[in-house]
Amino acid sequence: MEKGEVSVLIGGKAGEGISSAGQVIAHLLGQLGYRIHMHFDYPSLIKGGHNFAIIRGAEGRIGAVRSRVDLVLALDEETLRVHGQRLGDPGVVVYNSDAARYPAGIGIPIGSILAAEEAPPVMGNSAILGAFVRAAGIEWPVAERVFSKSFRKETARNLRIARRAYEASAERLRIPALGGKPLPAFTGNEAMGIGLVEAGLSVYLSYPMSPTSNLLHFLAGHAGATGIRVLQPEGEIAVFLTALGCAYAGSRAAVGTSGGGFSLMVEALGLAGMAELPAVIVLGQRAGPSTGLATYTAQADLGFAIHAGHGEFPRLVLAPGDAGEARAWIRIAMDLAWKYQLPALFLADRTLCEGMYSMDIAAAKGARAEPVMAGDDVHPYLRYALTDSGISPLRFPPVDGEVIRVNSHAHDTDGITTEDPGVTRAMADKRQRKMLGLRGDIEGMDPVKVAGHPDAATALLCWGSNKGVCEEAGEALGLRVVRPVALWPFPEESFSRAMEGVDHFLGVETNESGQLAGLVRRFGYRASGTVLKYDGRPFMVDELEQELRRVL
Amino acid sequence: MKGIDLISHAKNTWCPGCGNFAIQHTLKDLLAGMDGEGFPVEKVVLVAGIGQHGKLFDFLSVNGFYSLHGRTIPVATGIRLANPDLRVICVTGDGDSYAEGLDHLVFAAKRNLDITVLVHDNRVYGLTTGQFTPTSPYGFRGHSTPRGDTEHPLNPLELMLASGATFIARGYTGRREDLKRVIREAFLHRGFSFVEILQICATYNDLTDYYNERVYPWPEDDTGDRRAAAEKAAEWDYSADARIGLGVMYRRAAPIFEDGQPVPPPLTPEGREAWVSGIMNERI
Repeated sequence: MEKGEVSVLIGGKAGEGISSAGQVIAHLLGQLGYRIHMHFDYPSLIKGGHNFAIIRGAEGRIGAVRSRVDLVLALDEETLRVHGQRLGDPGVVVYNSDAARYPAGIGIPIGSILAAEEAPPVMGNSAILGAFVRAAGIEWPVAERVFSKSFRKETARNLRIARRAYEASAERLRIPALGGKPLPAFTGNEAMGIGLVEAGLSVYLSYPMSPTSNLLHFLAGHAGATGIRVLQPEGEIAVFLTALGCAYAGSRAAVGTSGGGFSLMVEALGLAGMAELPAVIVLGQRAGPSTGLATYTAQADLGFAIHAGHGEFPRLVLAPGDAGEARAWIRIAMDLAWKYQLPALFLADRTLCEGMYSMDIAAAKGARAEPVMAGDDVHPYLRYALTDSGISPLRFPPVDGEVIRVNSHAHDTDGITTEDPGVTRAMADKRQRKMLGLRGDIEGMDPVKVAGHPDAATALLCWGSNKGVCEEAGEALGLRVVRPVALWPFPEESFSRAMEGVDHFLGVETNESGQLAGLVRRFGYRASGTVLKYDGRPFMVDELEQELRRVL
Repeated sequence: MKGIDLISHAKNTWCPGCGNFAIQHTLKDLLAGMDGEGFPVEKVVLVAGIGQHGKLFDFLSVNGFYSLHGRTIPVATGIRLANPDLRVICVTGDGDSYAEGLDHLVFAAKRNLDITVLVHDNRVYGLTTGQFTPTSPYGFRGHSTPRGDTEHPLNPLELMLASGATFIARGYTGRREDLKRVIREAFLHRGFSFVEILQICATYNDLTDYYNERVYPWPEDDTGDRRAAAEKAAEWDYSADARIGLGVMYRRAAPIFEDGQPVPPPLTPEGREAWVSGIMNERI
């Protein structure tokens, strides 16, 4: 075992509840005071196929897993075949002895336990969890508390199954309890959902698509308690236009999708820019192009997010690095979208959306940006009034005696279509002035994070979900880690401060071309190289360290 | 309010004799006088697509959202979600409702969204200077089909009936009083109301004589009878020669989409904090 940390792999067939069992393990480690990260790997199918989750607990903040694990929990033979070589020394294997053979491991007759409880096969994951608890030296009362919370349906029967497997298991190691206070664990999707509630979201719209479908499910599940309406329209084109209809009438709306769905939304992205309508778009990247690897990760849509749409218009692009940042920055995305009346793209990826992270409970403090509203005394109200800031104060219909127009064409201050060159230019300038204020606000929000060894002259440049893996590798190898959270407008001043004293830097990205490295080159920073991964899988800590040692 | 107050200062750019004038003045007259019927003009939002019809957005002094080609209905859906007090009228064309945005039309009917859709069906693309549309007759010769269109038109009335629309009517710009009556009834219908308006295009498709010789009023004592409605819809297939019925074709009462999506009271900051801390505790 690595000092101060533990890694567990659980594997089985799709439909055997691998993800939920992984979450229970994450919560168990959380109870022992660990900060956790869970990586869940599954092919695009509903039943069968091979699913696995790696759950890693550590004392410090983590956002990635290692390829080596301390325990393998195998519901089937395939798990042992595929992942046996990941086992560290001393490694522990807990397996279903009715489905596999592994003489050195702890065999649990899951089939017989389920038969004794007249339970369906899906409850086999409760058995493997019970056996894991004993093998890892976790006290039963701790496990019972976590299980009771986690097994929502058939709690009593699941607990009996877990207990039977616990009795059949044997203690092989003892995961030490740390002093830390237990923290809640959330997926990035859930964290974004929480942040959207905190942002005052009124309507959430999405057409199902991995990896943001679980954000749709999370908000739909909490719609009653949060007063958010959650809708699934006929496609992404309708999704985004409906959000813009909400914005026109004064309601905060957000949408969630992946690259394919965002491609369809791009038609109306320019409408949001031209008509100056706020909306938050959660773009959960997955491996493309086209359908690509539907359930695997990538960071290949940065250039797309920054440049999508014909014509020129202001927008905001943010990329959080973990669940805590996702929660905090999505509120900022919503607030700034409304202050500046523009579309805000929230760039996540499969790793962040469906990975699980320990999250601090307290919400980020800091003043909220407010929309600029027109007073009742302004007559006539002009939706696109020219101002120094470029922000035209808002009103929403109905207002007696006023006509409120928004327009996809070039338009005058009243929203009426124009082809006049002077008005066209004045309105373009007005929209671009918003970018100045937005950039200023962003620069004040600590938009470029520095971690690892902040004074090191060699740096890693990364973004989004590579936060965790790069910070650990940077720490281990004595490197500075520079990571912009705000990507457009690009926070040039903050970036320049973060790069002070850097002699050379490597771009670490989950794409084929080094898109952030390409972006910073526009501002005069040239990477000395890149470490890229584009096989749909996230970097693992040991893998990245090894690669960096090779190239540095 | 007088109808004239609803004409904006924007310069009108339709061709002389355009069928859109009839629709503009019909709307102006109706909107100026429906306060007492729960349709106050301040609460009206006109959502326009792209095409000659869309210019109504500029020419009328009414709240409006000038959307994209084919994309009026999703915008209307958002407006209704945000504020169900607003009365939303989509003005669209045959290109932008039956071609580019057909899926939205079908889904709005399926949901019984409480909006009115007015389709300015001149059966030709005017703004792009004379190509065939989904309702152009078989053999239509336009700039893109000089040897004649080889596709048969779709029948919007049958499409809407099959999609679950709860109010379906057809008007004609050459019959102003009848047009005004059916649009008024569409406004007052609770649910998805669809008015297919046969509109002449003075430049590219002037069917004035053709329509005048064939139109007749439908009997309206059987508008709740789906089978009778289906027969009326099938009477003219938008291509072969037949009589062309006008009026309300079908209507029925049904729960509206918005009934299932009531606007909940917004969470107070304290309520929001309580929800967040609840979900945190659940996960520890």
